[in-house]
Amino acid sequence: MISLEKRQQPSQVITAITPLIAVALTMIVGGILFSFYGADPVESIRVIFWDPMFNQQFAGFTRPQLLVKAGPLILIAIGLSIGFRAGIWNIGAEGQYIVGAICGAGAGLAFYPSESPLIFPLMILCGALGGLAWAMIPAFLKVRFGTNEILVSLMLVYVAQNILISVSTGLLRNPEGMGFPGSRNFKQWDAAHNAEIIANTGMHWGVVAAFIAVIGAYVMMARHIQGFNIRLSGEAPRAARFAGVNPGRVVFLCLGLAGLLAGLAGLFEVTGPAGQVSGQFNAGYGFTAIIVAFLGRLHPIGILLAGLLMALTYIGGELAQLMLGLPGAAIQLFQGMLLFFLLATDVFTNYRLRFGKREVLS
Amino acid sequence: MANTLLSIRGLTKAYPGVVANDDVAFDIGKGEIHALLGENGAGKSTLVKMIYGLVQPDRGQMELDGAAFAPTQPSQARQSGVAMVFQHFSLFDALNVAENVALGMENPPKPRDLAKQIQEVSETYGLPLDPYRTVGTLSAGERQRVEIIRCLLQDPRLLIMDEPTSVLTPQEVEILFETLRKLKSEGTSILYISHKLEEIRALCDHATILRLGKKVATCTPAETSARELAEMMVGSSFATPQARTVETGEVLLEVRGLSLPSPGGFGTPLRDIGFEVRAGEVLGIGGVAGNGQDELLAALSGERTSKPGSVLLKGNDVSAMGPTERRGSGLLSAPEERLGHAAAPNMSLIENGVLTAGRRRGLVSGGFISWPKAKDFAAEVIERFDVRTPGPGTAARALSGGNLQKFVVGREILQSPEVLVVNQPTWGVDAAAAAAIRQALLDLAAQGAAIVVISQDLDELMEIADRFGAVNEGRLSELRPVSSLDMEQIGLMMGGAHDMEVAHADA
Repeated sequence: MISLEKRQQPSQVITAITPLIAVALTMIVGGILFSFYGADPVESIRVIFWDPMFNQQFAGFTRPQLLVKAGPLILIAIGLSIGFRAGIWNIGAEGQYIVGAICGAGAGLAFYPSESPLIFPLMILCGALGGLAWAMIPAFLKVRFGTNEILVSLMLVYVAQNILISVSTGLLRNPEGMGFPGSRNFKQWDAAHNAEIIANTGMHWGVVAAFIAVIGAYVMMARHIQGFNIRLSGEAPRAARFAGVNPGRVVFLCLGLAGLLAGLAGLFEVTGPAGQVSGQFNAGYGFTAIIVAFLGRLHPIGILLAGLLMALTYIGGELAQLMLGLPGAAIQLFQGMLLFFLLATDVFTNYRLRFGKREVLS
Repeated sequence: MANTLLSIRGLTKAYPGVVANDDVAFDIGKGEIHALLGENGAGKSTLVKMIYGLVQPDRGQMELDGAAFAPTQPSQARQSGVAMVFQHFSLFDALNVAENVALGMENPPKPRDLAKQIQEVSETYGLPLDPYRTVGTLSAGERQRVEIIRCLLQDPRLLIMDEPTSVLTPQEVEILFETLRKLKSEGTSILYISHKLEEIRALCDHATILRLGKKVATCTPAETSARELAEMMVGSSFATPQARTVETGEVLLEVRGLSLPSPGGFGTPLRDIGFEVRAGEVLGIGGVAGNGQDELLAALSGERTSKPGSVLLKGNDVSAMGPTERRGSGLLSAPEERLGHAAAPNMSLIENGVLTAGRRRGLVSGGFISWPKAKDFAAEVIERFDVRTPGPGTAARALSGGNLQKFVVGREILQSPEVLVVNQPTWGVDAAAAAAIRQALLDLAAQGAAIVVISQDLDELMEIADRFGAVNEGRLSELRPVSSLDMEQIGLMMGGAHDMEVAHADA
């Protein structure tokens, strides 16, 4: 018989190695999955994990994509992880990301075609505020009426998606776009373009913001009393109230930070890699960031690594579709497996396995 | 012994790092009330869990009525006639008595038959209980009756009781003892676990004493003094708190007309509570569990704020302040529930030190926590209060209840409070540690702090308090000097009959 036995203390070692085990298991099971599609499992894993970085033929194109994809994932995941630490389950980052992009883009487009150097900072500010405002809705409803932030934040994603479709065909549509949906292209408007800071690296302002967020979150969670209070609220809500933490303030702080960072991610994406507000500009970063946050153990450094890994599977997944003809759904399944295995192996942080039953010896 | 019901031989159980039970052997006779005594962490719970099938021993054997007995799960133990009443009740507040009893049975009879059985058992054993009452409305004593009746319905041969009297008034204790003696006269054996030595001396035929997992002695408690028993448990003599002369100073904490609605469906509202505590004084607040103790602590700690003018610290109104501000002004507290309320289970002792001592001990400056200082503070608490743990980095939940209690109380005392409110400061703590905590509280009072001790342990209150009051259904009785009280009066105060002693005595 196999049984689970609670550990006296959560195991630090296990916490650190579970992501690695999860990645290994995902590779194995993913390989088996791909072999059902007729692809060579070893080759498909290599295409996903190795080729984007080191293939001589096309790594030059795919390598910069790593930062482009990882930037928003990390930025959003950092914000989410802070809330998750407090037990506040904001799963609507996708909506906050979209609204941030719309608000920032809208604020910029209002001044088109000004070339003022203040345009881009203004857009960043409005992007952040847009995401913040969108996240304040579930926060307010939770604090005031006790609603469930999981449901409210998720439902607001669909609202945001509809607003996105509406503005890209209406309010923000490019007047010179010959009736096609979508806003003006920011890549053609220098004052508002989030260009690469160093050419061919994928490094844009959003990536810089992500790195700053990693450092900021690390300092706050490890050293600042605010981060301590957030962790305490998640670990033991009653003890947090006893310590003097106002639960409502924690809700506002956590959702607010997550919304702010998601909004920033949206703005940097729409003015950079995406280039314009359109119905399809959001690539599901807000949802994938949930996986990134957990894969990174809700720890800033972990999230940095997890974001890069997840970006790799994105790029590698596209390569695998292209080169091996694997269906896109199989790639998504593959990414989902990562979270699944992570949560499954997570149990061993607090429990250990015992094989066999202990018999009474005489 | 021909009349042996349960015979335990060489029982050993080791957990990583500790041997909980080491070669324990003793016998329980038929119709015997056998006490199991020991400090916290002496291995009483592990031993009982092995008898009840919750834990399997590594080595050793048990015989029940001459047959080998090695239950692998509680249902097996119950089938063999072993029943257990736990210290913490496992009852659903929203269900009625009969429904709760049915939930614990393998094959519950029809509800109506069960209700009838419950009524019969409750009448036979003098445990009045209405099977249709909702458990949420029952007192702690009545809840315990539900648990006992649940056990008695199985016709047990051996009934295990874990600290049964900690939640009872003196009168309820008497009723319980009557029941247990009746069971004994019918041939049921009882294994009785308690810290209260006087009770054991009054009730039990034999006592087995455990220390650090080993059996120290089996004795006849009636022929052994409480002090001898305690010293066998601890293995050395310990200091009882010193008597002292009270020189009280100015009023530090004043509570006036404090009323608060019940925090949840089954909480207790506070009704017009008023008292004052002076510098150097210890105020004891007794009462049966669930009569407003937790709510009173929350209102004093600042977890719940109250109307202006209801809580005054040194004459300043702190009613609207939260816990952080109250701590800043010198009003500190330690709640009863150690894990989850006073301390965060998964966080280290260092972090749990920051939980309340951040400001007062300067562990936080400019919003940033100094972890080296926090570590020093946790280490200081551990050293001063003899908290047994591998180190300050240990998670709170890894500590035994008594050790965590020492940490929680020590954490507040080392912040030199002006007013300290503690709820159940020695609940589940062994005799030596309890004496140390009480002494620390008295020392603090001697330094000029005002102390409010909320406790269900009357002996404790009689020992350290200068004045005594009891809460009943959220009301506080009149406060009386401890020296003028006897147990009978206290029992009546706890029952809420403040000025009706005569009427009650006649009844």
